[in-house]
Parts: sequence; C-alpha cells; structure tokens
Amino acid sequence: MQEPALSRLLPLDAIATGAEAEDWRAAIRAAGELLVATGATTDDYIGEMQQAVEEYGPYIVIAPGLALAHSRPSPAVLRTGLSWAGLKTPVEFGHAANDPVRLVIGLAAVDHDGHSSALSRLARMLADPDRLKRLTEATGAAEIHGTISDYESSAE
Amino acid sequence: MKILAVCGMGIGTSVLLKTNAEKAAQDLGLDADVEIADIGTARGAAVTADVVLTSGELAAELGDVGIPVVVVDNFVDGTEIREKLGAAVGRQA
Repeated sequence: MQEPALSRLLPLDAIATGAEAEDWRAAIRAAGELLVATGATTDDYIGEMQQAVEEYGPYIVIAPGLALAHSRPSPAVLRTGLSWAGLKTPVEFGHAANDPVRLVIGLAAVDHDGHSSALSRLARMLADPDRLKRLTEATGAAEIHGTISDYESSAE
Repeated sequence: MKILAVCGMGIGTSVLLKTNAEKAAQDLGLDADVEIADIGTARGAAVTADVVLTSGELAAELGDVGIPVVVVDNFVDGTEIREKLGAAVGRQA
C-alpha cells in the first residue's frame, strides 16, 4: 500500500508562518496546536512533545534553525500527520550547534514506520540549503505548500 | 557493514538520519545496511553494528558502546554525514 504523500500529511491548514513564541515550549505548542487543529492529535500530544525534550534534550533541533518536534505513538495520536510553524522571532532550544530555531515541524505518527517514506522525502527536500532557506523565509502557507507539492511532483 | 541510526524515540530524527546515511554510504561505496534504534534499545542493537550515528546529547547518554559513535550536528546535511561517516570507517568519497 502506498503511503500518503508529504503534501497530504502536511495540509495547507497545518502550515502557519509568523507564529509568536517566547520560548521553546511555546514554539512546540505552536506546532502542536496545528496538529490538533487538523485532527492529527489531541491536546495531550503537545505536552508529550514538550516532555520528550525534557527527557532527551534539544536533539530534535536537527539542522540550523529547524526543530522536528515529535513524541512516540500514543493514544493522543489520532492519525499520522505533520505541521509547520514558522516563528516570527527565533527562539533558543539550548542546542550547541543549531540554535536559534526559526521553524518547528511537528510530527505525529501512529506507528514506527508508516510515515517513513514521507519523512525521508522531507529529509531530501530540506537537505538542499537553498530550498531550506527559501522555505524558512517564506511568509505564506500557500507558498510553502506549493513549494512542497512542486518538489514532490518533480521528485516522483 | 551495519550502521545504526539512534534517536530518542525511533520515529522522527532517526528516520531522517537513515535516509541521509544510506545516501552517504552509497556515495562512499560502502555496502551498508542502516538500521534505526531508540536510545532505550541502542546499546543492545550496537552489539551487531559497526558504527553508530546520533546527536551530541544522545551520544553522551549512550556512552562507550565499543564501536565508533559519530556525532551528527545537521541531520539533513548530506556532506556532513558523508565526511564524518567516511572518517569513522576510513573511507573517502
């Protein structure tokens, strides 16, 4: 069975830019609220993502300026989905190399591998520094969603 | 050879790392399988692996596992992963 495409896991409504967050907890909350709003998770998942950082440290800041907020599959996850919260002002997560964070991508997964090819595609998309810069500087959700859809149709 | 990609929960960061590690191994001409483990199972999984890729914080938590532990700062930077993996296994692209 084919996995859902990246652009379906990250619908337009799950993308926000200019989100206001004063610290890392608020930044994760911004990405989490988009997962809740699009029906991927319940409110509880926001606390679970914050708890993961408390437990394992800021390693979710996977690249300069980019955090991949997530927790384990749990009852709070209703379906696999992604969200995208571009921050108005960058915030510190306490990461030695990659602070400050300007973009938080939220990930909710119902299992360990059903989302892996979409996430792999996300990794390849973000591995291009020019594209990453363009995406983190984009000011509109439609522009971001369009860039992702274009990338997917050119990559397949 | 077997490369182990380690993250806190085994669903997010390590999946990204696996994708880029597979590409890096291919560029280096390594015949490698990349497996994923979370921090709880990594120590056991490392017994049959040749090299570990993970973040700085998790490398500190993992400690000495008897095989090289490569610390990756940027999980989406193919060049960084290729250079560090190559150095750990004595291979250049």
